[in-house]
Amino acid sequence: MSANNEIDYGTPASSSANQVTLEIDGHKVTVNAGSSVMRAAAEAGISIPKLCATDSLDPFGSCRMCLVQIEGARGYPASCTTPVAEGMKVCTQNDKLASIRRGIAELYISDHPLDCLTCAANGDCELQDTVGQVGLREVRYGFDGENHLDSEKDTSNPYFSFDPAKCIVCSRCVRACEEVQGTFALTIDGRGFDSKVSPGQNQPFMESECVSCGACVQACPTATLMEKSVIDNGVPEHSTITTCAYCGVGCSFKAEMKGEQLVRMVPDKNGQANHGHSCVKGRFAFGYATHKDRIITPMVREKISDPWREVSWEEAIGFAANKLKGIQAKYGKDSIGGITSSRCTNEETYLVQKLIRAGFGNNNVDTCARVCHSPTGYGLKSTFGESSGTQTFDSVMQSDVIMVIGANPTDGHPVFGSLMKRRLRQGAKLIVVDPRSIDLVSNSPHVKADYHLKLRPGTNVAVVTALAHVIVTEGLADEKFALERCDVESFGKWKTFVALPEHSPEAVAELTGVPAETMRAAARLYATGGNGAIYYGLGVTEHSQGSTTVIGIANLAMATGNIGRDGVGVNPLRGQNNVQGSCDMGSFPHEFVGYRHVSDSQTRMQFESAWGVTLSSEPGLRIPNMFGAAIDGSFKGLYVQGEDIAQSDPDITHVHHALRELECLVVQDIFLNETAKFAHVFLPGSSFLEKNGTFTNAERRISPVRKVMTPLGGKEDWEVTQDLSNALGYPMNYSHPSEIMDEIAALTPQFAGVSYEKIDEMGSIQWPCNDETPDGTPIMHADHFVRGKGRFMLTEYVATEERTSSKYPLILTTGRILSQYNVGAQTRRTENVAWHEEDRLELHPHDAEVLGISDGDWCGVKSRSGETVLRALITDRMQPGVVYTTFHFPHSGANVITTDNSDWATNCPEYKVTAVHVAKVAQPSAWQQEYQDFSDNQLSLLENRIAVNE
Amino acid sequence: MQDYQTQKPTVLEILNTHQAMPGNLLPILHGIQDTLGYIPPAAVVDIAKALNLSQAEVHGVISFYHYFRETPPGEHTIRICRAESCQAMNGKALETHVKQQLGIDFHETTADGIFSLEPVYCLGNCACSPSITIDDEVMGRVTTEKFDRLLATYKGAK
Repeated sequence: MSANNEIDYGTPASSSANQVTLEIDGHKVTVNAGSSVMRAAAEAGISIPKLCATDSLDPFGSCRMCLVQIEGARGYPASCTTPVAEGMKVCTQNDKLASIRRGIAELYISDHPLDCLTCAANGDCELQDTVGQVGLREVRYGFDGENHLDSEKDTSNPYFSFDPAKCIVCSRCVRACEEVQGTFALTIDGRGFDSKVSPGQNQPFMESECVSCGACVQACPTATLMEKSVIDNGVPEHSTITTCAYCGVGCSFKAEMKGEQLVRMVPDKNGQANHGHSCVKGRFAFGYATHKDRIITPMVREKISDPWREVSWEEAIGFAANKLKGIQAKYGKDSIGGITSSRCTNEETYLVQKLIRAGFGNNNVDTCARVCHSPTGYGLKSTFGESSGTQTFDSVMQSDVIMVIGANPTDGHPVFGSLMKRRLRQGAKLIVVDPRSIDLVSNSPHVKADYHLKLRPGTNVAVVTALAHVIVTEGLADEKFALERCDVESFGKWKTFVALPEHSPEAVAELTGVPAETMRAAARLYATGGNGAIYYGLGVTEHSQGSTTVIGIANLAMATGNIGRDGVGVNPLRGQNNVQGSCDMGSFPHEFVGYRHVSDSQTRMQFESAWGVTLSSEPGLRIPNMFGAAIDGSFKGLYVQGEDIAQSDPDITHVHHALRELECLVVQDIFLNETAKFAHVFLPGSSFLEKNGTFTNAERRISPVRKVMTPLGGKEDWEVTQDLSNALGYPMNYSHPSEIMDEIAALTPQFAGVSYEKIDEMGSIQWPCNDETPDGTPIMHADHFVRGKGRFMLTEYVATEERTSSKYPLILTTGRILSQYNVGAQTRRTENVAWHEEDRLELHPHDAEVLGISDGDWCGVKSRSGETVLRALITDRMQPGVVYTTFHFPHSGANVITTDNSDWATNCPEYKVTAVHVAKVAQPSAWQQEYQDFSDNQLSLLENRIAVNE
Repeated sequence: MQDYQTQKPTVLEILNTHQAMPGNLLPILHGIQDTLGYIPPAAVVDIAKALNLSQAEVHGVISFYHYFRETPPGEHTIRICRAESCQAMNGKALETHVKQQLGIDFHETTADGIFSLEPVYCLGNCACSPSITIDDEVMGRVTTEKFDRLLATYKGAK
């Protein structure tokens, strides 16, 4: 349902460049050719009654409510399905039309419960509005005839209910599921009077193929599909546009409120990243924000074996500052550091790194991108000159060939996944490079990969180089582009390198597990199939050769000329809501804001003069180095904002060891997460609903985050960092995050033109935004690469040290699923657990048979790092020899097994390749039992905390 | 109802035979119903997977056409035409008689599992109204007496 009086134009906008002028009710109206009469009227401010039409869906013409008269045309055509024509004369209202519409409304209402006053959609119902508009005054048929009023309500979905008694069978939900979401989980069961909306095979929603994206609820014009939060709380009274805090798609939402209470999140039709679509997380899983587990009072303790003590903000900040200062006095300036959060805003991230560089006086700052997309930063900076994706999401609608490497968009980036599926259904070709059969391969209706390169984990570089080999040796490269736009010498060297016989598909077929002919066909398709776009994810970066694969991908795009326009490009699907932003904001130990190296004295001088301090020219510690130094005894204090390193980082026993060695761990978070169980100071964080700021999504889009409620803990995150900085003796004095953004803009060429005023005006901005590109930059490298000439780099394949052996015969790879988000701190505290209540070990039926494992059995998974126990899920998505799990639950211990191997260039951990041994077991692993005890103990220390007033 | 696992090979074979044919969903559904007598709901999962459709889409098609059924029929299916010509030729009375004789309504199967009864709208045999079919055989000018004789024959055959 469209919220708060937003105009619904009835049918989608036409993208035609030609204009047509027609006359509607005597008014001259000029619209794009291809528009419907309904849309043309709406654009002219004339509202034609409608039920089955909405501007997010193609016209359907089933309700017959929008009939009009057109001069010279026979009968009463539906205005939604009738395109405009030059000189057309339309009448939208006369006695005859009024009578027909009343007759139709009468039929609808004769089979509709008349409980408007007690209906959840009262005041927000299109049926109610339309019937009011047509002036229905009586129902001559009575209400005694056959009807659907006793239909059973389906409340199986935790977030919305389905009440067929209120359904008018307009098919908007069915069409939304198909056109917008691409899941096709709904249909019309039966025909004629028996027609009814049916999930799956007339099943309850939860048993059907529904993924709970909310598109159907959004499309429903009545209370048939209704958010339970609205049923419980009533229709919201005001709304604020903000940005989702889950993944890197960065969907724009309206937070619909009653006072300070969030009633529902409604995807914003004008959102440039999501165009009114959403997924189960952003749309529904916001309950965590006010969950009872939120910790809203600061706490401190001397030792992690002590119970927590609630204190005032002042005391907590003072406690942390004293500890950190004391550590620096005792162990030296470099003995402390901090970690910025990709979950927090740009402004907050900027402030944390500023506190560390200027307040701590060192460069020991890092961010979770270290463990996800740091190779993207390195690889794309080295080749193109900028550490970011090259396109907008919308660019995919111009792609002819889409190559997805090591990414699972329908689970990880669902809203973009839906857009990609829409393009694929229009006929774009698809190449999937992934060890698993992800849904895009063949499990999405009407979408099928043309080629699935089901490679062995860890062989990405060999596959990408083999694709390059085919392109070069078969003469498929776009020489003109490469010679004009790229560094000619590097192109020459690269061609010679990839053409070597050892890089041919035939030479690497056995190593990679991909048939040579499949690699050849995929390479030919990418190089010659029109606009070729590459989308990749953590399956590319989280390897010992993550950076090399990113470089290899950039090489492919440059060699085929697939850079610099719509429909092409290299697109990292960045994980966290603000991982792009946290990298942009100088979160890495070697870079200031805008990816400028700390050793560059000109940049450093600029920051020194702005910040009024002397800055170190030495890169600081990366996260893994911080752990190492903590264990060595040289690193003693850490400030972690909104990141759960004790769950998300690899080789977790090593991480826990390091955390225990710290003398002061300050955690700022909304929950007592796993990391906080090792902390000495807990500073309550604020959720995305409680603060102002900006997030930057995977397409470099800076979108506004707006405060809709008072922070439960009393402070927005940036205020806490500011207080800590002041207590440490480095003064900060911002009164609003917009001032922080102004400082960022003043110090960073890519952001020079960014301001809150501009974001408010434009909705969102894609950086670079400066004097040259005042409205931002949707497509990068359009006329020339940021670094001048694109640079080809050689991609020698070096096998990971992590190999299978008789002791560890299987390869474990890790990933994510749709309903849970990363460490799960948020989604585990929502009803999303209904879809995924535990992490499972996926394995191929063949391996399961050999190991004597049945579906649901407990499996011990052992690597050289550690051992954990997970329940088995047997599926032919896997290939024999490869097992898979997620790490959304702390006690799964997926990261007990992952190793300390990492990317050669950036230390990004090799989460995707761990040699393991799997066997059926009866009980949790020793680690799980120990950790359970530790965790229970920490929770009791929290439970028994000494209250602030005692 | 039969265990789907025993029917699955038949379904997969029918899917296999029609795999390359454009617009293959209806021929597949007919093939399954012709072979098994009905379309087991569990088969929808396999059909959807093979055709790259959703289960909902396949279900939508099955439920749209009254001819397709998702429960096993009786040994013989009797269809009575209810279209204009047959109604004009006393089809209504035949319908009442048939229901009475079989002791069942439309869409039901006799307790002994021998006959299922379905309505149908025009068999293209209007010149010989009223018409019925028993299994694949069309019969015209069916009076109540003729129907009783046919019934006896089919019962006798049993």
